[in-house]
Amino acid sequence: MKFRKLGPAVAGLVAAGLALSACGSTDAGSAVSSATSAAGSVAAGATSSAGSAVAEATGGTATGGAGLVEKAAAGTLKIGIKFDQPGLGLQNPDGSFSGFDVDVATYVAKELGVEESGIEFIQTKSSEREASIENGTVDYIVATYSITDARKEKVNFAGPYFVAHQDLLVAEGSDITGPEAMSGKILCSVAGSTSAQKVKDTYAADVALQEYGTYTECVEALAGGAVDAVTTDDVILAGYAAQYPGQLKLVGKGFSDENYGIGLTKGDTAGTDAVNAAIKKMIDDGSWAAALEANVGPSGYVIPTPPTIG
Amino acid sequence: MNFSFLSDPRYNLLGAFWNTIQLTLWAAVGSLILGTVLTAMRVSPVPMMRGFATVYVNMVRNIPLTVVIIAMSQVLANGLGVRLASRGEGAAGAQAFLTSQNFRLAVLGLVLYTSTFVSEALRSGINTVPVGQAEAARAIGLKFTQILGIIVLPQAFRAVVAPLGSVLIALTKNTTVASAIGVAEASLLMNTMLENEADKFTAIFIVFALGFVILTLPTGLLFGRIAKKVGVKR
Repeated sequence: MKFRKLGPAVAGLVAAGLALSACGSTDAGSAVSSATSAAGSVAAGATSSAGSAVAEATGGTATGGAGLVEKAAAGTLKIGIKFDQPGLGLQNPDGSFSGFDVDVATYVAKELGVEESGIEFIQTKSSEREASIENGTVDYIVATYSITDARKEKVNFAGPYFVAHQDLLVAEGSDITGPEAMSGKILCSVAGSTSAQKVKDTYAADVALQEYGTYTECVEALAGGAVDAVTTDDVILAGYAAQYPGQLKLVGKGFSDENYGIGLTKGDTAGTDAVNAAIKKMIDDGSWAAALEANVGPSGYVIPTPPTIG
Repeated sequence: MNFSFLSDPRYNLLGAFWNTIQLTLWAAVGSLILGTVLTAMRVSPVPMMRGFATVYVNMVRNIPLTVVIIAMSQVLANGLGVRLASRGEGAAGAQAFLTSQNFRLAVLGLVLYTSTFVSEALRSGINTVPVGQAEAARAIGLKFTQILGIIVLPQAFRAVVAPLGSVLIALTKNTTVASAIGVAEASLLMNTMLENEADKFTAIFIVFALGFVILTLPTGLLFGRIAKKVGVKR
C-alpha cells in the first residue's frame, strides 16, 4: 500500500532532479562558452549551482565544482565563520554577525564583486571545516583557521591575514606568569584542541587538563574559579577578557605563531590568488587595521603589524 | 585509505575505549540500582513516593543528556562546589583529581539519566506479572517489600532482559557525551585525532564507528540469548 503512494513521489523527485540539473547545465553553458566538454558541464551542473570553465583551471578537482571567482560572479557567496567567538566571528542576538573574521570575509567578498546582501554566513565548527569546503557547503572559510600542513592536504589556503599567538587567560590577581608556571595547575581548553597539548608537551608536563566542548564553558569555569587558566590564541582570549572586565586578563606571553588563513577548495589557484589580492588591498588601504581596532581593540589587544601574504 | 594513526604512540586508542567500557559498566550498575529503586517507588502504596518517582522519571527522561552531563560539571561541581574526589598533594595530584572528578561526575550524570529508562522498562515488566499473584501473596500475609522482592520483581526482570539490553547499548553510545566535560573516552580521542589529522577524516571515523559496533553488537546478541533463556513462559 505504502509503495503505491511512494511511486509518484519518487517519480516527482526524479523529475525535479532532472529539471534542476538541466537548469544547472544551461547556466553553465551560458556562463562558460565552450571551454568545458558537454559531459563536464553536466557533471558540474549536477554538483554545484553553476558549472564553469575553470573546472579545468582548478586542476579538475574531484568535486567538479566551479572556482571561487566564477561563483562570486553569480553574485552570491556562502562563507563559513564561527558563531561563538566574540571579537572574531559572533552571531549577535538580533541575528547579525560581527567580528574581525566577518569583516575580512565581507571585504574579500566585496573585492570578488559580491555585495553584503549576497553573502550567506554559515557556522563552521573547527572539526567541520575541511568537510564543509570539500562538499561545497561553503565557498570559503574565515574562521580562525590556522594554516597547517595536514590541512593543506585537504584545502587551499589564502593569506595568512592574521598571525595570532597562543596565550593564557587567567583571573585578575593570579600568580601565573607564563606556560611554565602551569605545573600542578588546572588548564582548560576545548576538546580536541592542540593548544592545551602544546602546553603539556613543551612547558609543564604535570599540568592538569580540563577539556570542555566550547571556550565559553572554559571561561565560565575560569570566572568561577574551577580552573586556573584557559589557553588558545590570544586574539580569541582577548574577546573573552573584554566580556569580563576587571575579572580576567591575558598573561601576554605569546608562545606560538598561528597563521590564520582563508580556506578554499583544494586546487582553486585562481580563487586563492584573488583572495590574496583582496587581503593585500585590505591591509594596504587601512581597513585591516581599522577592522582589528574596532573588533578587538576595546579588550586592550595591541594591534600587531600585518602579516606578509603568500 | 591511510590508517597510520593507529600505530601513533600519541593516541592511546585502547585506553580510550577502556575508559568508555568503564564508564558504561559503572553507569550500568548504578542505573540498575537507582532504576529498581525508582520502579519500587512508582508501585509503592505511599502516594508521596509514587509522585516523586513519576515526576523524576518524566522530568529527567526528557532532558537532553548533554545538558545533564554539562550541568554535573558546570552547576554541581563548579557552581555548587561539590567535590567527588579529593585533590592530592603536589603537581601530579591536580591531574589525578581532575581525572577522577570528571569521571565520577560523568558516571553520576549517566546514572541519573539512564535509571529513568531502566525504571520504565522494569515497570512494563511488572505489568506482565498477573495481578492475581500479588493478591495471592498479600492474602498469605506478605508485606509490600516481600511481594515486590520475592514475587513480582524477579519475574519482571526476567521479562525485560531484552529491553534492558537496548538500554545498555544506548548507554554505551551515550558515554560519548562525557567528552563534553573532558572525560578521556573514545569520542574525546576522536576529536583530538580529527583536529590533528584533518586529512584522515574518513579513516578515523570508520575506526571509531567500528570500535563501538564491536562493543555493542555482542551486548545485543548476549542479551537476546539470555532473554530467551530466562523469559517466563505464560
